[in-house]
Amino acid sequence: MEAMERREFIVDDRDRGVFRVNREAFTDPEVLEIERREVFDRTWLYAGHISEIPTPGSFLTRRIGGRPVILTCDAAGKPHVLLNSCPHRGNLVCHEKSGSARALTCFYHAWSFDLSGKLLGVPDAEAYTPAFDRSAMGMTSVPRMENYRGMIFISYDANIESLESYLGRAREYLDYMIDFGGEEVEIVQGAQSYSMKANWKLLVENSMDGYHALSTHNRYFHQYLPDIGMDPTAWAGANRTMGRGVNLGGGHAMVESPQRPTPLTSSAKAELDAIRARLVEKHGPDRAHRIAGFTRNLFIFPNLILISLWHTVRTFYPLRPDYMEVDAWALFPKHESQDLRRKRMDNFLSFLGPGGFATPDDVSGLEGCQRGFATRHELPWSDISRGMGREEPSSQDELQMRAFWRRWDALMHGRRGPTDCADRPERRMAAE
Amino acid sequence: MPTQDLARVAPVRSLDPAVTRGEIEEFLIHEAALLDEWRLEEWLALVAEDGQYLVPSLDSPASDHRTALFLISDDRRNLASRVRQLLGRATWAEFPRSRTRRLVTNARILEQADDWVKVTANFAVWRFQHDATDCYVGRYINVLVRGPGGGLMFRERRAVLDLETLRPHGKVSFIL
Repeated sequence: MEAMERREFIVDDRDRGVFRVNREAFTDPEVLEIERREVFDRTWLYAGHISEIPTPGSFLTRRIGGRPVILTCDAAGKPHVLLNSCPHRGNLVCHEKSGSARALTCFYHAWSFDLSGKLLGVPDAEAYTPAFDRSAMGMTSVPRMENYRGMIFISYDANIESLESYLGRAREYLDYMIDFGGEEVEIVQGAQSYSMKANWKLLVENSMDGYHALSTHNRYFHQYLPDIGMDPTAWAGANRTMGRGVNLGGGHAMVESPQRPTPLTSSAKAELDAIRARLVEKHGPDRAHRIAGFTRNLFIFPNLILISLWHTVRTFYPLRPDYMEVDAWALFPKHESQDLRRKRMDNFLSFLGPGGFATPDDVSGLEGCQRGFATRHELPWSDISRGMGREEPSSQDELQMRAFWRRWDALMHGRRGPTDCADRPERRMAAE
Repeated sequence: MPTQDLARVAPVRSLDPAVTRGEIEEFLIHEAALLDEWRLEEWLALVAEDGQYLVPSLDSPASDHRTALFLISDDRRNLASRVRQLLGRATWAEFPRSRTRRLVTNARILEQADDWVKVTANFAVWRFQHDATDCYVGRYINVLVRGPGGGLMFRERRAVLDLETLRPHGKVSFIL
C-alpha cells in the first residue's frame, strides 16, 4: 500500500478560511497503517530522559513507536537505545521494566550482551561455522538516537535530518521547558501510564486547545480553585484575552499565555521569586522573562507535548485507530527542596493525570468524540477553522492544530520536504 | 506515612476501647457501601481533619508521596473538593456517574499503636460506564483513628493498585 494517493482527509481553503478534517482520519485502520509508516517511522520520537538511566548499568524497557526497546547506560556512561529482541531467535532480551545490570542475558538460550549491545557470550559457541560473525550478532540499536539536553529522541528513519534541525523553531521553547528552574532537571519517580479509547490525533488537538479549557475543565476553575481560595477569573482571564497560538513549522506548534496566578504561584511564591532572580542572573532579564513570564503547551511533532504549568512531559502512541497508550512524567529541577518539589507535585496532581481534577474529563471528552465518530458517514467533517482569518490567532483559536494537520497531511501523502504549516504562507503574503 | 510521623500528629482520641478485626471489617464494609451508593459526603465525614487519600503511581507502589509523583495525593481540603466536584454536575468523567461495586476482603491488622491502627484489606472495585467494564484491583493500607463520637475514622486512606498500567481503564475518576 502506497502513501495515500487518492484519498483526501483535509479541506484547507486559506482564502475562504475553511479548514476541515474528515473523521475517517480518526477511524480508518488503513490510515493508522500509513501513519505508522509515513509519520511515526519518519520522525523523531521522544524515548526517555537521561535521568531515568542515571548510572552505568541502568536500564529500562519501553515501547517506542510500536517497538520494544531498552534504554541503557553503558559502562562508559553513554546512553543507548537497543531494540529489545534477541538477534538469535527473537525473544525479548530484557523482560524487566527497569533495573541495573552488568550484562543483559536472553534467558531463552543464554546469549548475553553488554549494555551497549555487544555480544558477550554464546553457550557452546564451537557448534557454529566460521560464517557465524560474532561481531554482527550483537543487539541492534535503533537506527538513530540523539540526546537533546538530556531528552533522548530516536528515529526509525536512518536518513532523517539531525534532531536539532528537526526541532527547528521549537528548540527555543524546548530550552525554556528545561531551563525554568535555573538548574538541571530530572524525571521524578512515578510515571503515569494510562490510555484513552480515542484516536491519538484527538490528544494532539486537545493538548494545545485553549478553547476547551473553561467548559471541559469547568470543575477545576469553578469548583477546585475557589475551594482552595483562588479566584478563577485571575487564572483564566489572561488565557482568554492574551494567549496566542503559534505555528512553529515542521508540524510543531504551541499555545502561549502570560504567566498568571496558579495554585503553585500562591503556595510557593517566595521560592519561585528566588528562582526568577537566579534566571535573571544566569540569562539576563530578557531571556529570564521569556523563560518564566509565560506558560506554554509545546507540541513536538508527532506525539510529544510539554506543558509548563505543571512541567509535564507526555507522549502517546496508537495501538488501534480508537485506542492509544499515554505516558506522562514530571520533569522537575533536580536539587530543589523537598518542600518545593512537593508543592510542584500537588499542583501537577490537582490538574493532570488519571486521578487529577482535569485529565479524566479530557479522557471522557476524547472518548466521547471517538464514539461520536460512528456517525462519520452522515457527519463526515470536524471543523478546525477558528481564528483562520486573524492576523495573530489566539490560544483560543486553532492555528496550532492546523499546523499539526498540515504536516500530518503532507507526510501521509509522501511529501517529506518542508511543509508550509502557516495559515498565511509567507510567499503568498509577499505577493499580495 | 512512616510510623514516626504518625506519632507526631495529635490523636483525635485514644484507641480506647481497643480495635478488633470485627470492628474493622464492619467499618470497611460500611465505607465501601457509602462509596458504591455515592453517599460521598457521609464517606468524607469518616476522614479525620488531618486525613489523606493516596494512590501511588503504578510503577512505584511502595513510594512516598512526599518525594514521588502519585496518581492521587489529596489532603483533607483537596479530598473535600474532590467530593464536591464528584457530586456536582460538571465532572464530565463521572457524569453520568459510574456504577461501582466493591469487593473488600482479607482484612488484617498490620500495626497498632495507642491512638491509631494500621489495617490492610484487598479490594476489587468493578466500574461500569459507557458500556465498558473495568476492574481496579489492589489493597488498601488504611491508618484509622477513633473520632470524637468513638467510631473509626481515616487518618490515611491509601489505595495501592496492583494494575501495571491504567490500560484500558484510562482514569481513576471516582474514589477508590
